[in-house]
Amino acid sequence: MEYLMNPTPIKKKFITPGVVVLLILALNAMVFLAIRFFFGIGSMTNLDNQHPWGIWIAIDVACGVALAAGGFTSAALGHIIHKEEFKVILRPALITAMLGYTFVAIGVFVDLGRYYFIWHPLIFWNGTSPLFEVGLCVMIYATVLYIEFLPIVTERFIGHVNLKGRLSFLNVPLDAILRFLDRGLSKTMFVFIIAGVVLSTLHQSSLGTLMVIAGPKMHPLWQTPVLPLLFLISAIAVGFPMIIFESLLASRSLGLKPEMKVLSNLGRMVGPLLVIYLAIKIIDMAIRGTYVYLTEINTASVMFMLEVVLGVIIPLRMFFSEKVLNSRLLLFIAASLVVFGVFLNRINNFLVAYTPPYALNKYFPSIGEISVTIGFIAILVLLYRVIVMFFPVISIPDKKLMPKTKYAIRGEEK
Amino acid sequence: MGFQNRRDFFKTSLLLTAGITGISSKKNKAASLDGPSENRMGVLVDTTVCIGCRSCEWACKTTHGLPTKPIDSYLDRSVYDKKRRPDEHALTVVNEYDNPNNPLLPTDVKVQCMHCEEPACVSACIVGAFTKHPEGAVTWDTDKCIGCRYCMVACPFQVPSFEYSKAVQPKIMKCDFCFERTKEGKLPACVEVCPTEALTYGNRNELIEIAKQRIKRQPDKYYNHILGEAEIGGTSWLYLAGQDFGKLDFPKLGRDPAPGVTEAIQHGIFSYFIPPIALFALLGSVMWINRSKNNGEEK
Ligand code: SF4
Ligand code: SF4
Ligand code: SF4
Repeated sequence: MEYLMNPTPIKKKFITPGVVVLLILALNAMVFLAIRFFFGIGSMTNLDNQHPWGIWIAIDVACGVALAAGGFTSAALGHIIHKEEFKVILRPALITAMLGYTFVAIGVFVDLGRYYFIWHPLIFWNGTSPLFEVGLCVMIYATVLYIEFLPIVTERFIGHVNLKGRLSFLNVPLDAILRFLDRGLSKTMFVFIIAGVVLSTLHQSSLGTLMVIAGPKMHPLWQTPVLPLLFLISAIAVGFPMIIFESLLASRSLGLKPEMKVLSNLGRMVGPLLVIYLAIKIIDMAIRGTYVYLTEINTASVMFMLEVVLGVIIPLRMFFSEKVLNSRLLLFIAASLVVFGVFLNRINNFLVAYTPPYALNKYFPSIGEISVTIGFIAILVLLYRVIVMFFPVISIPDKKLMPKTKYAIRGEEK
Repeated sequence: MGFQNRRDFFKTSLLLTAGITGISSKKNKAASLDGPSENRMGVLVDTTVCIGCRSCEWACKTTHGLPTKPIDSYLDRSVYDKKRRPDEHALTVVNEYDNPNNPLLPTDVKVQCMHCEEPACVSACIVGAFTKHPEGAVTWDTDKCIGCRYCMVACPFQVPSFEYSKAVQPKIMKCDFCFERTKEGKLPACVEVCPTEALTYGNRNELIEIAKQRIKRQPDKYYNHILGEAEIGGTSWLYLAGQDFGKLDFPKLGRDPAPGVTEAIQHGIFSYFIPPIALFALLGSVMWINRSKNNGEEK
């Protein structure tokens, strides 16, 4: 390493053709959302009494939570196991998790029939409900993520508070508040970091418990009492691929050089995790004898095979190959496959596997539901771009820090 | 370096998963209530007696203030061409099925909430909006509900429905066992109106006795099973039929209460908050050890 890495706001033009497309997608979602809030959920979704949950729960919530897992796995690795080398991914992963959970919360809000009562779980507790646990953990964890984000804000603004005109008298007190916050936070941050990891393991697994109660309404290929464990391990396993996936995407779109060494070291941990996941899945299938359902060809068995072969087995093999780990393109493909696999797994669990006995028709998301979900993802990407351009999130080689390392050419201790 | 990372990482993640699985395998009692009380009420539906007049549908709508056509229109039997389900416009519906024993006398089956003894909806609801009353009824509280529709996912009989067309205060709709009426000592509206006594309201234990006697007295007429006596831990509403219940669109359910597995997992993870706190402590010490180790090496 020739320069020390230092988180820095990325200076770039904000508006690009891609950004314009994202803005249009976001606007489109707003139109459908207006319909939803004025005329009810039934007016623009394909949900009915047989299919109470659609893609807003399966994608916005279940996939959202799973794919934001990079936040807690990287925190565990960087802060708790304390691996210095992974410091550079901590902030981008934190931002993704923070935005991801915000997206989850908004997804729930939109899907709730009585969205204005979203705070009810805070006062009406039902300990037997896994949804209650998920709800409460997600609320607390989102708050924790915002707290973890605060030091980035204080770092950006300390000594830079510069309000103009009539508000300028606030500059000194604001700066003092920021400094006070900063000092307090650096002392207590470890509590929030650990809490974040604990909360994550809790709700990542409880998300799997959600569908257990649906019992016989769920296809036996997915319905198993070990669902919580499978959900937890797949969330842990998808954390690093998600970080790899978005680091490579972001560095491409922002024109930066990706940290290949760090990313391939992250990738090295994915293979073994996938092995554990696959082993549990296979043992569970063997014990319950559900492999018989794979002998018939139907939507369920095809989706199951897609999920396991494309999303687990192929990337598993790829992540064990040095060639893949060191190639930007192959690593990107392998990481994308795991992300895709978990995405498909959540959709399978919440939608494909859900086969209610009295269904009059099959559920397929309406244009409105799809538009809203895509619009939310577009907003998410836009916010990510805004944040990395405004706050010190992404680490780039810092010229100012060069003198320190100028003579350390052997830099990379192996 | 890479190797070192991996090993450390595994140590920890193994501990994590071992902790969580160990905890959740612990068995807990799944009952939300301590078994059915002695004065638990129920309704026995004898489908062999039901003539499919659908008076119950009319009475149910009328008492619950739901819009309904005049009672005369209920004589029209063409509704039986299609199978219907209770929904937000009708808390109970009657469906008609062929009768293999006597083609001239079709089997009519009234459908509504079964008022489970260990209801999945009560266990699942995120805010505890459902209540199982000691007298048997399972009711829903509009002041708590947030409209997440998890109760609909959970109910094994697929009963609760949702007012999808309402933008504000949509309700979860299902049969409430005429809770307000029975509190005043009145019969449930559907039971009161039934002209053939296909519906019998009474103490659940006594109803089971009556049902057993009917089967014993006319073994040719009845299929030897009381649906709801044992299914998913029992239900307050019980059914008798002249043929296999599977042919009458009843879901195939085991004897275990629907919320059993989830509640075992939930209680395991949350027993007195010990597991989460233990995990917190574990991670805290891992963090502390690694931090001091690293500091020692580097500085
Ligand atoms: S039938 Fe469904 S809605 Fe009725 S009590 Fe049982 S679980 Fe609840
Ligand atoms: S829709 Fe209402 S009653 Fe049903 S689970 Fe959600 S909060 Fe409970
Ligand atoms: S008990 Fe009351 S609410 Fe239930 S079906 Fe009968 S009339 Fe309707």
